[in-house]
Amino acid sequence: MAVQSDVIDDAGPYDRAKALSAFKLGDVTFYWITRLSAISVLLILGGIIISLVVGAFPAMKEYGLSFLWTQRWAPSADPPVLGALGPIYGTLVTSFIAMAIAIPVGLGIAIFLTELCPQWARRPIGMAIELLAGIPSIIYGMWGFFVLGPFLANTFQPFMIKIFDGVPVLGAIFAGPPSYLSLFNAALILAIMVLPFITSISVDVFKTVPPVLKEAAYGVGCTTWEVVRSVVIPYTRVGVIGGVMLALGRALGETMAVTFIIGNSFRISSSIFAPGTTISAAIASEFAESDGLHQSGLILLGLLLFVLTFFVLAAARLMLLRLEKKAGK
Amino acid sequence: MNFLKTIVAAGLVAASTTAAFAADITGAGATFPFPIYSKWADAYKKETGNGLNYQSIGSGGGIKQIQAKTVTFGASDAPLKAEQLEKDGLVQWPMVMGAIVPVVNLEGVKPGELVFDGETLANIYLGKITKWDDAAIKKLNPNVKLPSDAITVVRRSDGSGTTFNFTNYLSKASADWKSKIGEGTAVEWPVGVGAKGNEGVSGNISQTKNSIGYVEYAYAKQNKLTYTGLVNKAGKPVQPTVEAFQAAAANADWSKAPGYYVILTDQPGDKSWPITAATFILMHKSATDKAASQEAIKFFRWAFKNGGKMAEELDYIPMPDSVVQQVEKTWAAEIKS
Repeated sequence: MAVQSDVIDDAGPYDRAKALSAFKLGDVTFYWITRLSAISVLLILGGIIISLVVGAFPAMKEYGLSFLWTQRWAPSADPPVLGALGPIYGTLVTSFIAMAIAIPVGLGIAIFLTELCPQWARRPIGMAIELLAGIPSIIYGMWGFFVLGPFLANTFQPFMIKIFDGVPVLGAIFAGPPSYLSLFNAALILAIMVLPFITSISVDVFKTVPPVLKEAAYGVGCTTWEVVRSVVIPYTRVGVIGGVMLALGRALGETMAVTFIIGNSFRISSSIFAPGTTISAAIASEFAESDGLHQSGLILLGLLLFVLTFFVLAAARLMLLRLEKKAGK
Repeated sequence: MNFLKTIVAAGLVAASTTAAFAADITGAGATFPFPIYSKWADAYKKETGNGLNYQSIGSGGGIKQIQAKTVTFGASDAPLKAEQLEKDGLVQWPMVMGAIVPVVNLEGVKPGELVFDGETLANIYLGKITKWDDAAIKKLNPNVKLPSDAITVVRRSDGSGTTFNFTNYLSKASADWKSKIGEGTAVEWPVGVGAKGNEGVSGNISQTKNSIGYVEYAYAKQNKLTYTGLVNKAGKPVQPTVEAFQAAAANADWSKAPGYYVILTDQPGDKSWPITAATFILMHKSATDKAASQEAIKFFRWAFKNGGKMAEELDYIPMPDSVVQQVEKTWAAEIKS
């Protein structure tokens, strides 16, 4: 603003054209600065994709599409045999379990905080949630390794294994032996890590529901549950799904904590109590001392994670579009 | 990506050199000898005023750095073959040793009580032996009470020189291991959980009952883990001691190995510890910066002469005198000043 008033002062007697052109210059500059910032995102993204493709090219040439469904990961074989099935499986399973736990719990906390919680407890609970988001992932990894892992291996897993022993399918999913380091333990850590994303975004969007809508619903005799289900959630659907997607993105790519607690085994086991690995854990573990085809294979894994995340987000967008169509917007 | 890595590493090295004095020697490579190299550098600086800048970026990085001539010396846990040395105009020698020991967590079993041989160890890591009271383990340990519980196998998840030496030993001890898995810094483990770093494996072993793993001797000692004895190539059971480690190095035939390409696992000799490993230094025969190169040799000579005790304090094993004398000859013959 200061600039513009200077221009007007300099013009002496009121000069409309000059003043306007000064405004225009400001506008154009502003337009280009924001536009360049937006374009730079695309450039950076493109740069990442290109360098990934270049780095992954030797492995792509060597293994082709069979990379996707080969389970063997033998970097020391001659020539190395590399397949991504194990890490892909681990990434999907841990993320799925993590989301299955974190979505209901996260939404539950958010509903409690905005609709049911007494005023005095809101701030402490809200802050605790945000603090969860601030804890570095290595701390989660260490906590998972020293505290959660032993608890799960000694108490929770034997219990589940006993309950489901002999039950078809479920018996194989919850099969022993109990282990500190497993897909399930990693998924649980992930669930805790992504919880704040879902919760704080949901809280924020739940607060945007116009009070008059809720009051009207309560006025016709709705229960809190009915208000949440039929007014709050439909009104804030897009925001909630955005939060869930952010959480899923983190779950898919989380590295440090998962590497600590997943057991880093490339073999696929039917049991979720068996060790596994994820794409990012595999890269983090092996990249430093890798070379040649092995390194290229790890970069190809990175590219896969990139593509996987892209598809998940695209699928979420599609789902959102269909929901909105259905809602008649 | 290699290119990127090189640039980053070179940047780090360059940044550190400009910050330090001109007389400083720069080196980069293996993480395993980092503690002893920095301790030596400290003492050397106090004595002579000359500093040493060592970046522990991993053995692979060390080899790449010396090939790219961005450092005065490179360091690697796995030696380069003679042809490779010739091609790059490099000289290589062993600087200091470490040893790898199997560790277990078994109730009532004390350090050194259990004994394994390579074959049994390989079969455990192959998943062929799954219970502690397996006949093969019982046969080696008739006086130890072994539970009939499942063995939890722990190994490294990250690529490492430790894994290279351990799998190299298993390959020498078991034909089955050699044909199915082989050796490498990261291999296709048939069973077990992977933990990051020596500290990760130590942590896992101390927390998990009925587990077995392998770590650098220093980690086993400092974390008071239950290490085991091993039956060596001569068929004698040995305990992990500095004498046993040095015996392995002394019994290795360095004189006939071009470029000191000796992997110290499974060496002959009644007293040799079977999984011993040297870590190596790489330098150019004819360096661009000859003054720095001479300075580095001075430092290594000093470290061989005065650094033995410091190495032992940190649970490394100094090279035996016979090897040091040979290295001295190599310097005189091959490094041009």
